[in-house]
Amino acid sequence: MRTTDRWIFTVVFLLIAVFPWLVGRISGISHYIEVMIFAGIFSLVCLGLSLLMGYAGQISLAQAAFFGIGAYTSGILTARFDWNPWLAMPVGAVLAAAVAWIVGVPALRLRGHYLAMATLGFGVIVHIVFSEEVEWTGGPSGMVDIPGLAIAGWRISSEVQWYYLIWGIVFLALLFSFHILHSRVGRALRAIHEEEIAAEAMGVPTARYKVQIFVFGAVLAAIAGSFYTHYVTFLSPSSFNLMWSIRFVLMVMVGGMQSLWGALLGTVLLTFVGNEWLQVFADFEVLVYGAILLVVALFLPQGLISVLRRGPGGARSSVSRLGGEG
Amino acid sequence: MLTLKSIHTYYGSIHALKGVSLHVRPGETVALIGANGAGKSTLVSTICGLVKLHKGTVEFQGRNIAGFSPEDIVREGIALVPEGRQIFSTLTVEANLQMGGFIHRHNSRQMAQDMKRVYERFPILRQRSQQLAGTLSGGEQQMLAISRALMARPKLLIMDEPSMGLAPLVIKEIFKIIRELREEGRTILLIEQNARAALQISDRGYVLETGKMVLQGEGAMLLEHREVKRAYLGKGAKQIWEA
Repeated sequence: MRTTDRWIFTVVFLLIAVFPWLVGRISGISHYIEVMIFAGIFSLVCLGLSLLMGYAGQISLAQAAFFGIGAYTSGILTARFDWNPWLAMPVGAVLAAAVAWIVGVPALRLRGHYLAMATLGFGVIVHIVFSEEVEWTGGPSGMVDIPGLAIAGWRISSEVQWYYLIWGIVFLALLFSFHILHSRVGRALRAIHEEEIAAEAMGVPTARYKVQIFVFGAVLAAIAGSFYTHYVTFLSPSSFNLMWSIRFVLMVMVGGMQSLWGALLGTVLLTFVGNEWLQVFADFEVLVYGAILLVVALFLPQGLISVLRRGPGGARSSVSRLGGEG
Repeated sequence: MLTLKSIHTYYGSIHALKGVSLHVRPGETVALIGANGAGKSTLVSTICGLVKLHKGTVEFQGRNIAGFSPEDIVREGIALVPEGRQIFSTLTVEANLQMGGFIHRHNSRQMAQDMKRVYERFPILRQRSQQLAGTLSGGEQQMLAISRALMARPKLLIMDEPSMGLAPLVIKEIFKIIRELREEGRTILLIEQNARAALQISDRGYVLETGKMVLQGEGAMLLEHREVKRAYLGKGAKQIWEA
């Protein structure tokens, strides 16, 4: 990690740590803890996606599907077969990794946005499976009787406990992602993003690296799905449809693609927008998302994080393009 | 060292190379000249494994490397200075060099040694080692692209239009570097539109026209060849970088 990142890490860590205490003091927003738990779960989904979009230059429209694979694997194994949730979780992650590998290998061998197309189709298929395999998943009416989580016999019951558990895992994932970025693999990924042919001519196995990062993103999403399952203890296919995949892409874009902090910021912000502030729009929510995407693409191509980094004026200057996050 | 035997390559649906043969002997500098769209870059991509070969053989040091992945071809000892430089502009100069030595990444001692050598050759790159490569000038970027290729410790260095898009004085500088590399005994395949300058510093040359090799011979001989003079050299005054 660079020194600036270390600083941001400390500040964000402290903010997240005192958040429940702060929110508890202010009446009317105490349920923000709940929103932040969802934001944390979604952050796990978006971290991998941010690496894929910002550093490998590929878009996945199947993050919701991998999220769902983790969620339903955990749900089915624990509710139908009485597995321990902590054992079911890695099974979901491995399953997601295997599926991502199968989808990713052919799609990522080709240059260009074939992965977006492949994952678009794959995401729709997975959603249909969740809806139609009623015997396993409960179908559109949902799946119930999912147990909560316990650590060494101690049940995680309160919102605050869940909050710290989830955000602890987010920070672990964040540390790991930074580690990837600043390793040789990360440098190679950024090289691929920039000049793929030159990177190939240096002997970088571009396809292999892209597949690895795609699989990593799928695994994180599946783990997030498992936590989601045990937190909500109810699953319905509509939480894992294409709209959700698009939302995840949007979260990363709004925050800033070439920055893990941007992904985190975008995820928290859009979770609040979606869960709290946009409820009044009901079905017209989609339009609002479209508008947000348009504004960000036109005026803040580097995402909101670019504003935080050097003020609104700097966001559009060419210097900010060169000074991409590392 | 490198021998291409009647290779055919398709670029999309276009038959870009129609039975091209070429060879480069160890220690030689060979120029490949030709107009836009003659197939020069396709030829380079074919050698480096970036484009699939349709027919023919590519032999490097006695091994047929046709169908090898780009990664394996770099490992065999062929490094490319790509057209348009293609440096990684949001990475630092140093990180660019490290990328150049990507196949030797597990040997950090050798990497440090090679980097030191590069910095000795181009002190300006040492000065800018922590700067983002995109902030370098065109000439410096070309130096970086050449250095990056050298980091792979190639046996054959392929340079694709190293003078493209540079100012005349900078081009002169780049050709000086190529001449120095040649004098060090490196084997170089130089692809250029700047026919005169390229032929002047090469042992031999090839002329590619619409996917076919139309001429080959010693550099000096090609410079005097009537057809080459007519098509590629023009009759005008010498350019500044040829002085």
